Amino acid sequence: MRISLFIACYNDALFPQTGKAAVRVLERLGHQVEFRPAQTCCGQMHWNTGYLREALPILRHFVRVFADAETVVVPSSSCVAMIRDHYLKAAAMDNDPALAREVEALLPRVFEFTEFLVRKLGIDDLGARFTHKVAYHPSCHSARSLHLDEIPLRLLRRVRGLDLVPLANAQECCGFGGTFALKNADVSSAMLADKVRCVLNSGAEVITAVDNSCLMHIYGSLHRQRTFVRAVHLAEILACSEDESGGESVLAPDQHYALAEHSARVATETAQ
Amino acid sequence: MKPEANSSPWNRRDFPEAAREALAAEPLPTAPFEHSQTRRNVRHATDIIQAKRNAVVAELPEWQALRSAGAAIRAHTLEHLDHYLLEFEANCVRRGGHVHWAADAADARRLVLEILAPHAPREVIKIKTMTSEEIGLNACLEEHGIHPVETDLAELIIQLGHDRPSHFVVPALHKSRGQIRDLFASAMHRPELTDSPEELAAAARSYLRQKFLTTPVAISGANFLLADTGGVCIVESEGNGRMCLTLPDVLVTVVGIEKVLPCFQDLEVFLQTLPRSATGERMNPYNSIWSGTPAGDGPREFHVILLDNGRSPILADAESRQTLRCIRCAACLNACPVYHQTGGHAYESVYAGPIGAILTPQLHAMHDAQSLPYASSLCGACYEVCPVEINIPEVLIHLRSQVVQQQQSTLTGSLGLWNIAMKSAAFLMQDGGRLGAAVRLAQTAQAPLVSRNGFIEWMPGPLSGWTKTRDLPALPAESFRAWWRRTRSAQPATPAASEPRHE
Repeated sequence: MRISLFIACYNDALFPQTGKAAVRVLERLGHQVEFRPAQTCCGQMHWNTGYLREALPILRHFVRVFADAETVVVPSSSCVAMIRDHYLKAAAMDNDPALAREVEALLPRVFEFTEFLVRKLGIDDLGARFTHKVAYHPSCHSARSLHLDEIPLRLLRRVRGLDLVPLANAQECCGFGGTFALKNADVSSAMLADKVRCVLNSGAEVITAVDNSCLMHIYGSLHRQRTFVRAVHLAEILACSEDESGGESVLAPDQHYALAEHSARVATETAQ
Repeated sequence: MKPEANSSPWNRRDFPEAAREALAAEPLPTAPFEHSQTRRNVRHATDIIQAKRNAVVAELPEWQALRSAGAAIRAHTLEHLDHYLLEFEANCVRRGGHVHWAADAADARRLVLEILAPHAPREVIKIKTMTSEEIGLNACLEEHGIHPVETDLAELIIQLGHDRPSHFVVPALHKSRGQIRDLFASAMHRPELTDSPEELAAAARSYLRQKFLTTPVAISGANFLLADTGGVCIVESEGNGRMCLTLPDVLVTVVGIEKVLPCFQDLEVFLQTLPRSATGERMNPYNSIWSGTPAGDGPREFHVILLDNGRSPILADAESRQTLRCIRCAACLNACPVYHQTGGHAYESVYAGPIGAILTPQLHAMHDAQSLPYASSLCGACYEVCPVEINIPEVLIHLRSQVVQQQQSTLTGSLGLWNIAMKSAAFLMQDGGRLGAAVRLAQTAQAPLVSRNGFIEWMPGPLSGWTKTRDLPALPAESFRAWWRRTRSAQPATPAASEPRHE
């Protein structure tokens, strides 16, 4: 299958390792992965903050970029929720039946990453190995909008060596909420504190989710508190395999990974 | 309609400011192992109600069908509200009731005073009613020398403590048993009281019983109006409401126009969904339905005041009309992670929680409480539990867009940081090359903010809200798109690095 990856704007800039992991998993399964460099953002931040008019050209751009894609896979559930829950509404708001038709044609071909693996491909064992204690945070959009239910857990249970530990009050929001984290920073921080306490009490070494946005938020506090718990996107766990050399490289705490890559790149550039 | 409803007795600050105060007892948001007493009370009470609610909802395999039925009945009623209100009026009057129409809060207060005038009461007894709070009735009555006596146990606690409700089903949920004991001991002159629930209930009972037997006028709200019978329905847990409905000579019911149901049979849905959602009970202990003034039973004089007070304009907005489906179960408050942290007072609004965040600004025609639609992380927990399927996150976004349009229509708003940032971001996000260039620029520009550990620990302006409690990873040197271009696709700039695969 030819899979078009929608990486999501914040993954592109902040968490490239997640996209790389998704590419690795999908290619390992024998699929052809493409990245359309014209892609930008799903428009969620503007839409959810009330900038509906400003979101329109962004989502139009998304529809245009992926109109002829065979399958679009997104390692970010909240972007998929934005597309599924709001794109048709946006077309109606703009009185644009042509856009509505294009959205309707595109929607059945857009999948969240884990949903694609389990629901579309029918695979829950990716042959991954990850020997750590892991807690799973069901992000609000993955649970309440996409209803991923057991999907991410099924994938995690098949990972060799992975010790899945329960997370108390797992369904409760981490307090990120996009611009909510800035507009209501105090409440957001208080919600995060409750979430982080549950993560620490779970005894997990790694907190995972299908959204880097929540993980960035949760890890923001874990890092500030100098804990040793790391945040790793589920795609990165699935990308860790026994049979590939250096398979556990993405295991390194994501930021350290980014840093190592950063220094390597600086070294190369300096050498040149 | 003019936002006359601003005469609300509530003092309104922006939510973030009021919430900060509610959270203030917490010393360090990063290590909040000690919550304030109020926050512990709110969390404890909402956890208990939530657990009970989830258990009794899980008993009903047809729960989703009941939700959909409830939503459909309420939506249909709102589409034909004029018809059902007139039908209710005709049937209520036919059975001996009086029906009055109040355009706004001042109108409703004036009507209550006019109805009470011939009886010249010194006191009135009251059943728990949010509508009364909405129109500021208690303060108005006191001004005119009439003392209102709240007979709902929780409302009594609020009244004796000169406090405000923080939840519209369990208004005193922010109080602990010990705090209630201290309040009763001083207000009822009973220093010997302990904090045992039985003793506290008995103290309230003996205090209230005298009031029931001697007060000839009662004021209530209503859960539902029934168009086909002219009936009024109230559900409650304590039986004090039943006392108010049956013992006095005069009963005045103040009710929002959206509370009407087409017929008696519709209660089969709501008397299942309301108690399960509100208090986690299969059925309310007391379900009262009365119509008019039947001979030899109940009050001799019965008035219904139908209150608009900003509801009609909501009805006119197809996007947010669903707000008026609400049956005030407060399940969304108990489910809301924001409410869990702040409690109800931070909303500075009669109606707190997620439903308050959409209802209050609309009742004020979006001229007030503009910060409330932002008092949500859009997590969707409210929508999930709503027994009439109000898509609260969707309405929140709709109202946010109205706030944004208001801001953009002023010079200071359109030149504000948020507007400029959002407009610029929207410009960048319409073109992959543009976005890529902006990311490359940011990779360089972030340098002064990045600590040695590779994280950003301080940011200026509105971004400081993030770094007050959270670190932010620095942008890595290579974005995903740059990595892809470097490793996967031909690069016109550096043809030597190209690989055979093309986009």
